[in-house]
Amino acid sequence: MNSIDLAAKIRLDAVIMTNRGKSSHVASVLSIADILGVLYGGGLKVDPQNPNWPERDRFILSKGHAGAGVYAALAETGFFSTEKLLTHYQNGSTLSGHVSHKGNPGVEFSTGSLGHGLSVATGMALAIQRRGKNSRVVCLMSDGECDEGSIWEAAMFASHHKINNLVAIIDYNKIQSLDTIAATLTLEPFEDKWKSFGWNVAQVDGHNHEELEKAISEENNKTSQPLVVIAHTTKGKGISFMENSVLWHYRSPQNEEFEKAISELSGDK
Amino acid sequence: MRDEFISGLLEIARRDRNVLLLTADLGFGVVDEYRRELPDQFINVGIAEQNMIGIATGLAMEGNIVYCYSIGNFPTLRCLEQIRNDAAYHQANVKIVSIGGGFSYGQLGMSHHATEDLAIMRALPEVKVVVPGTRSEAKAAANYLYQTPGVQYLRLDKSFVEDTDDPEEIDLSTWNTLKVGQEIYIVATGGVLQEAVVAAKILSEMGVEIGVVSATILTPKSAQVVLDPIERSRVVISLEEHVRVGGLGGLLAETISESDLNIKLIRLGMSPTNMSIVGDQKYLRNINGLTAEKIIEVIMSAKVLL
Repeated sequence: MNSIDLAAKIRLDAVIMTNRGKSSHVASVLSIADILGVLYGGGLKVDPQNPNWPERDRFILSKGHAGAGVYAALAETGFFSTEKLLTHYQNGSTLSGHVSHKGNPGVEFSTGSLGHGLSVATGMALAIQRRGKNSRVVCLMSDGECDEGSIWEAAMFASHHKINNLVAIIDYNKIQSLDTIAATLTLEPFEDKWKSFGWNVAQVDGHNHEELEKAISEENNKTSQPLVVIAHTTKGKGISFMENSVLWHYRSPQNEEFEKAISELSGDK
Repeated sequence: MRDEFISGLLEIARRDRNVLLLTADLGFGVVDEYRRELPDQFINVGIAEQNMIGIATGLAMEGNIVYCYSIGNFPTLRCLEQIRNDAAYHQANVKIVSIGGGFSYGQLGMSHHATEDLAIMRALPEVKVVVPGTRSEAKAAANYLYQTPGVQYLRLDKSFVEDTDDPEEIDLSTWNTLKVGQEIYIVATGGVLQEAVVAAKILSEMGVEIGVVSATILTPKSAQVVLDPIERSRVVISLEEHVRVGGLGGLLAETISESDLNIKLIRLGMSPTNMSIVGDQKYLRNINGLTAEKIIEVIMSAKVLL
């Protein structure tokens, strides 16, 4: 499936899953739907028939609250059945709100508490490098997550150890849990921060698939340093009334809102 | 204990290059030989315990066996959630090693008193808590961790009981009975076992024979690990350089109360009100009533109950 179609499916799945589960974080998924589309639409070297293929690229969603997006990407690309998506958030399901690997083929790592993923991704990338293999490890984080000190511990480590098979992507939608980033803890100058930590930095439109593909491609990092892609995104992207709204970090689309969301995603706005 | 442990680890790491030692910038004079001999299997992650556990988890998930070294509460409480969510939930081969259990660093003050770690680590699913009390138990620890898949927390102490047991004969997954007794047993965890051994010797000279058990693991695989060594006793005294809740005393209370045994338990441990007192290990044991003299006192009054 190409990345554009996959991103569209992820958006639709996410709205349906959060509707059925009466669950939060739909806007966080919509924010990264294009990034996931590009990763699982060819950006990552993975094999749905062999999820533990040793040569695969590893992907960690560090912003675990957008787990519905990863489940959708995995199901739509054949890691497990799309019917299973309907169990999301339901009693007894393996598809917890925050992404979990247990019982879910293709999920590399479970997260949910912010600030954990980059350290683990760095450790994986280092182990792969030590083995002389060239698999890459991609870690997708949120912007608000960069408030966590542990992110910067990992950032220093990855740069010091020249872990260049590591790619961090930051979903920079500029809204965190209670308020905007700017009103909470500013991240700017964000690019300078990462550069000063010794990383290569690419800034892209996080909804532009060509820009994303180019930024995460191996050709874009021929240096010895790790790469961070700061992806400028719109929280709630694709559904007009969810875009750039703190409310939709939590609200679940129900009734008319659900109908309207589906109809917008189906193209009849 | 740390020298026994690190020499054991060095032997293992020489044979298996997937064994890695991480430190959060501690171990001056301790890790030097290992570092010199196996530089490719050693990483000083800097003063960053959260990152250490995350990195260790990533390395372990890619096939490594990773020992994380630090002191006091730093490799446990400082990065507790990384241990729970990252290492333990993923059953990664991460071995957390802390030097300075209990009052080992007593003079350094409250920050360096590791006196709640056992309760906290014992509560985590998929984490095994291993606490040697003798030299040979400490020697056996590196290999026990290596052979046991998943996450373990190894609490090492400055003090220990000198013994001549063969470390290869020691199984840390069962408690180690140092002296068989009759109606009264002391069960101790960690280096404070010393005090139990001294107390038992003095009591023996007084004609009172008490049993002494080293509680080498606080996450036993079954109740029998706890109950077998004390099944014939009527009074058990638990002894730990740790608060009285949730550690060894807590484990014994839980296990005995759910068994058919009729045993009276007396828990000796640290009083939380003593947290700010500074002093060496012996001094703090005395303040908290964890010395041989105190144990003898407790036993003499317990004998009245029998």
